[in-house]
Amino acid sequence: MSAPMISLQGLSGTTVFDQSPARAKSGGCASSSCGSSAKPHEMDSAVWEKIKDHPCFSEEAHHYFARMHVAVAPACNIQCNYCNRKYDCANESRPGVVSERLTPDQALRKVIGVANEVPQLSVLGIAGPGDACYDWKNTKATFQRVAKEIADIKLCISTNGLALPDRVAELAEMNVDHVTITINMVDPRIGAKIYPWIFYDNRRYTGVEAATILHERQMSGLEMLTARGILTKINSVMIPGVNDEHLIEVNKWVKERGAFLHNVMPLISDPAHGTHYGLSGQRGPKAMELKALQDRLEGGAKLMRHCRQCRADAVGLLGEDRGQEFTLDRLPDKVTYDASKRETYRAVVARERGDRLAAKSEALGMVKTAGSGKSLLVAVATKGGGRINEHFGHAKEFQVYEASPKGISFVGHRKVEQYCLGGRAEDKSLDGVISTLEGVDIVLCARIGNCPEDRLKEGGIRATEAYGYDYIETAIGALYAAEFGSEPLAATA
Amino acid sequence: MAFKIIASQCTQCGACEFECPSGAIKFKGETYVIDPKKCTECEGTFETQQCASVCPVSKTCVPA
Repeated sequence: MSAPMISLQGLSGTTVFDQSPARAKSGGCASSSCGSSAKPHEMDSAVWEKIKDHPCFSEEAHHYFARMHVAVAPACNIQCNYCNRKYDCANESRPGVVSERLTPDQALRKVIGVANEVPQLSVLGIAGPGDACYDWKNTKATFQRVAKEIADIKLCISTNGLALPDRVAELAEMNVDHVTITINMVDPRIGAKIYPWIFYDNRRYTGVEAATILHERQMSGLEMLTARGILTKINSVMIPGVNDEHLIEVNKWVKERGAFLHNVMPLISDPAHGTHYGLSGQRGPKAMELKALQDRLEGGAKLMRHCRQCRADAVGLLGEDRGQEFTLDRLPDKVTYDASKRETYRAVVARERGDRLAAKSEALGMVKTAGSGKSLLVAVATKGGGRINEHFGHAKEFQVYEASPKGISFVGHRKVEQYCLGGRAEDKSLDGVISTLEGVDIVLCARIGNCPEDRLKEGGIRATEAYGYDYIETAIGALYAAEFGSEPLAATA
Repeated sequence: MAFKIIASQCTQCGACEFECPSGAIKFKGETYVIDPKKCTECEGTFETQQCASVCPVSKTCVPA
């Protein structure tokens, strides 16, 4: 078993593995006895190679690797009812929001600046604020410049699909392995309720005609990507009463056309954002409604459940945004790429993740031996590395796992307002945390005070620091076994 | 015979710049501006004014 991650503490301001080494425990057996089952999903090894360092395409990778987006593609060819280009704000985190738009040269400077400081960086994405395939000149220039400097960075784009068929050949040429298409409908009558207009073939189209064109272009773009072996993730915005039921149909269509992953995201709707939906009072779904729909989609295209709906200029691990540390004015005028931090980090992660996967497969065994038909919803406070290593009061989000006879699976995350600020606990935000954790049976964290623990208990949620610094799955496996009768297996610590 | 951009409404997305068939739109200072000498209102090239068609904000690219 490898030693805890001491060697990484020296690496810049990374917050990933900064647990106290003395307390760090690790589950799992010697790696030699666990064999190839240590891979997180049974998939073809070529696919695993493509996704293993991509935090958005692999739930496992999101514990270790970071992405950054550069906002070089502001122009868009579609109006969506959930988007408003006019208002954005640095304090907001939602898709399409950016604080600065970059030229390809500025983007290159930023990518190098981040790569030198954030060892977890593995992916560069272009996700707007407009459409990366429509604003193609900027997208292409950025990718070409970055790939020349940092050869091992993965390039990916996000698009609405309208201009995608025209760009597939060039995407393949530039080794863009990962494409995300936002597909909210396959029935143009539903599309007409989501898209007021599109700009295509030098004119504006509206209504069902617009949605029909968009639908046909999206499907042909997806088929072309699949034919070239480019992995495709489908993003769908869940809009209650508009396309929520319809997304089951969307899931079938995209699966048939080879989509690798389907990410159903909740509509973000706030009058202050000035979007059509925000102003017309269209509500977004609740966490449990989203989970219910995702559960119904199981068995179709594989679901992504760890999406954070990040900003179009986000930097860092999913769930954290360090974008404000890397604005242009904070970057040196001249930057030279230094590969050393990223290389060191990769070597350490290779060891750590083998260990964690072994721990995970053992934890699965514990859940199965418990022999109970029940399920347990567990919220975890973590700052990365797959461990329970965050204090309850410091958590800005909880990762939610479900343990059941089927195994241990990640079901999503719940964002909360940080309860403990600068040593002072805020009572009001604790109420918010408790209501956000609705439906959760137990909270696992590195530390928690008596007061919040008691308050949670009043709200029907237990909390414990007993598994602090353990691997998440190890802790949940032991917890499940303890909860439902059977004795925990010996090798937990 | 020219169009103009209402600067206070413009989000500076730049879509108009690369759709303009006459190269009449440039980013100047804080906003995009249309050079009235170059703007043809797309007459003879397209049936609709490209800047107004692609502009995501309504009533922003308008007749001058």
